[in-house]
Amino acid sequence: MTAERQLIVRGGRLIDPASRTDALLDLRVVDGRIAEVGAALSNPTAEVIDATGLVVAPGFVDLHVHLREPGQEHKETIASGARAAARGGFTTICAMPNTLPAMDTAATIDAVLQRARNADCRILPIGAVTVGRRGQELTELAALRDAGAVAVSDDGDAVADNAIARRAYEYLADLDLPLAQHCEDPALSQSGVMHEGAVSARLGLRGQPAAAELAIVQRDIALAEAANAQFHGCHISTEAALTAIDDARARGLRVTAEVTPHHLFLSHDAVAGHSAELLYDTNAKVNPPLRTDADIEACIAALAAGVVQAVATDHAPHAAVDKCCEFDRAAFGISGLESAWPVVNTLVSRGRLSLADAIERMTIGPVRAWNLDTGDLLGLGSLGVGAPADITLLATDTPVTVDPEHWESAGKNTPLAGHLLTGAVAATISQGRIVWDGRESA
Amino acid sequence: MVARPPTESVVHAASSLLTPFAEPAAGWTRRHLLDVDTFSRSEIAQVLDTAGAMAEVLSRKVARTPALNGVTIFNLFYEASTRTRSSFELAGKILGADVINVSGSGSSIEKGESLIETLNTIAAVGADAVVMRHQASGAPWLAARTIPGHIINAGDGQHAHPTQALLDAFVLREEFGDLTGRRIVIVGDILHSRVARSNIWSLTTLGAQVTLVAPRPLLPAALAPGASQREHPLGLPNVRVCANLDDAIVGADAVMALRIQNERLRGKLLPSTAEYARRFQITTDRMAHAEPHAIVMHPGPMNEGIEIAVDVAHSPQSRIEAQVSAGLAVRMAILFLLIRGSA
Repeated sequence: MTAERQLIVRGGRLIDPASRTDALLDLRVVDGRIAEVGAALSNPTAEVIDATGLVVAPGFVDLHVHLREPGQEHKETIASGARAAARGGFTTICAMPNTLPAMDTAATIDAVLQRARNADCRILPIGAVTVGRRGQELTELAALRDAGAVAVSDDGDAVADNAIARRAYEYLADLDLPLAQHCEDPALSQSGVMHEGAVSARLGLRGQPAAAELAIVQRDIALAEAANAQFHGCHISTEAALTAIDDARARGLRVTAEVTPHHLFLSHDAVAGHSAELLYDTNAKVNPPLRTDADIEACIAALAAGVVQAVATDHAPHAAVDKCCEFDRAAFGISGLESAWPVVNTLVSRGRLSLADAIERMTIGPVRAWNLDTGDLLGLGSLGVGAPADITLLATDTPVTVDPEHWESAGKNTPLAGHLLTGAVAATISQGRIVWDGRESA
Repeated sequence: MVARPPTESVVHAASSLLTPFAEPAAGWTRRHLLDVDTFSRSEIAQVLDTAGAMAEVLSRKVARTPALNGVTIFNLFYEASTRTRSSFELAGKILGADVINVSGSGSSIEKGESLIETLNTIAAVGADAVVMRHQASGAPWLAARTIPGHIINAGDGQHAHPTQALLDAFVLREEFGDLTGRRIVIVGDILHSRVARSNIWSLTTLGAQVTLVAPRPLLPAALAPGASQREHPLGLPNVRVCANLDDAIVGADAVMALRIQNERLRGKLLPSTAEYARRFQITTDRMAHAEPHAIVMHPGPMNEGIEIAVDVAHSPQSRIEAQVSAGLAVRMAILFLLIRGSA
C-alpha cells in the first residue's frame, strides 16, 4: 500500500464563502480531497505550503471558456488553456462547444474529455444546443448530458429561432440542464463590431444596440418560465438586460447569469484606445461588446447584489494574425483567464465589492448556478472536509502590470495589456496537486 | 467672394514650390493625414492657405512644379473612386512625384493578400507616401502603425474623408471668409457618411454652426435627440440635429446634400426613394428659405432627382464643380505639407 499524499496549507486567511468562513485556518489535504480544516495543523510526512499573508480560497470555477481544441489549436489547446486556468487560479473550467467540429455529439464531448484527462485543471464540457451550432435542429441533448455535458449552449450565437429555442427549453426541463444563452438577436445586432453609441458614431463602426441583448433575454425569460426550465444568461453586458434578469429572479424563475471581468472594467472607450497608437484597438473587439460606463456600473451592482451569480471569463484566445488587421475583420474575443482575478480584486481594492463576495462569485456562486456539486464533485467550490482539494492562494495587495507576453495562454489578446491592477494568484492546487506556484513573484 | 491677403505661410509655400529642391513646409508637424478631428483652426488655415498657393500654380499656363520631384506616392484604392483617385493622382504628378496606382482588382489584393502584407510590399518597393481608400473604418490607422511612409486617408469605411472636408472648407472660405457663426446644414445619410463625419469636425473647429438633417434610421443613434451620450468625450462634437429640412434650412448659409445609396432605400432603412425625396430633397422651393447668398454643395457622385433636384444642382447657387476644382488644390497642398513638412 502506497503512502497517502498529504499536503498542508498553513498560515493563511481562509475564506470559504460556502460555509461563510473567514478565519486564520490551515487545510490538510489527503489524496486530492480536503481531510481537515483547523488551526495549527501539522503532520510529519506532509508537504507544507506556507500561505502566510495570503488568502486561501476555493479554486475558481469558470462557466465560460473557449479552449479551441479540436480544430483551432493555433489559438489555444486544451493543455495550454488549462495551464492558463491554473495560473489564473481556476481549478474547474467549462468548455464552450464552438470547436471544429462543434461539441454536438456524445462522441465529440467524449473526445474532449479524453484529451482533458491530464490537464492542469478540471474541464467540464458544454454541449451544443443545435447540430453544428447552426440553430436549425436540436442535438441529442440527453446523450450530451450522459456524456458529461454540464450545460448546453450555441455560444457565439444565440439560438435565434424562436420555435427551436422554445423546444430546447421544454426538452431541457426534463434533463435538468441549463441553457447557457448567448444573448444577441442577430436581426438587431446585424454585423455590428462594437457597442452602438457615442464611440461607434465617431469611429464610423457598425454598432450593436443594447436592445439586441435585451430582446433575447426577455424572450428566453418568457420561454424558460413557460417550460419551467433554466435560462442562464451568458456574459450579460447591459443595464437593461440585468434589470430584466433581476425582475425574473424576483419572481422566482429559474434564471441565472454571469458577467465577465472585462464588462466589469472596460467601456467602449477602449476601442478608441488610450492613445492615438491604439485607436481602433482590435484587442478591445469582443462580443458582446464593451458597453457604456452606466452598463459597467450596472454589472458591478448586479454582481454585488447577487443578481448575477458568477464571474465568467469568456476566455477567447486568438492568434496574433486574427487581431492584427482591420477592425471589421478582426476576431471577437479577449483572452481572460490570467487577468480575471487581478481585475476582480481591483474592484475589491476600490471598495466596489467585498472580498468574500468576489470569491463567492468565482467559486460556490457558479457551482450552485449550474448545480455542479453533485456525485464525484460533491463539495466543489467549497473548502469543507471531503471536498475536492481545489485551492487557490491569493495575494490581494500585490500590484500587477498586465503583461500577456508572459502568460501561459497562447492567446495574448487583451485590451488590458499595460494596465496596472491590484492582486495576484500566488498558487493554485488542483485536486491536491500544485499546478501553479508564483509565490516568489506574488 | 471675399479677397484674402496672402499670409506668411502662403508666400513661403508658393516660393518653395518654385525651387527644385523644395524647402521644408514651415510650421507643419503632422506626418499623416488620417482625419481632421484633431486639427486646430490654424492647421486647417495652413492647409487652405497652401491650397490657395497651389490654385495659383494651377492657373499658370504650364501647371507643373517640381516640389515633390523624386518622391514616390502609391494610390492604394480598395474601393471605386473617380474624383478622389484621379485628383490625388493628378496632384502628385503636377508636383513632380511618381504616382503608382494600386486598386483592389488586378492586384494581389484579389488573390486574398492581407492589407498588412500589401502595405509591407508597397513600403518595400519604396513608397514615400500612401494615399489609401479602404472599406474598413480605421484602416489608415493600421497602416500608419505598420509602415514608415506618410499615410493619407482618402476615405475609410464610414469614418473619415479628411481631404473632402478640407476642400469643402476651402470652398466655404472662398465664399464667406471667416466661417464663425455661419450656418451650415448637412442633409442625408449621416450614419454611413465619412464626408459628414469629417465635415462635422472641420466645420465646428472653424466656428460654424452645423445642423444635421436626416431621417432617424440614417442618423447615428448617439446623435438622436434625447440620446444619453450626446456629449461623450470620445464622441462627435455637439451639433444641432433636426428631422425637418424645412425648419433646418431657414437662414442657412450653405446646404450640403449627401449621396443616398439606392440599396439603403428599398424598404430596409427607409420606406421609399420617393418619400425620401419628398422629405429631404434640396429643392429650389426649400432653398428660398435659406439666406439669399446661400450656396449648395454635394461631395458627389450625385443622384440628381433624389437627394438634390436637377435644377438646384446646376443653379448659380451650386458650388459642386468648384468643390471638384478645390479638391485638386487641397490634395496638392496636403501632399506638399506632409512630405515636405518637418515630421
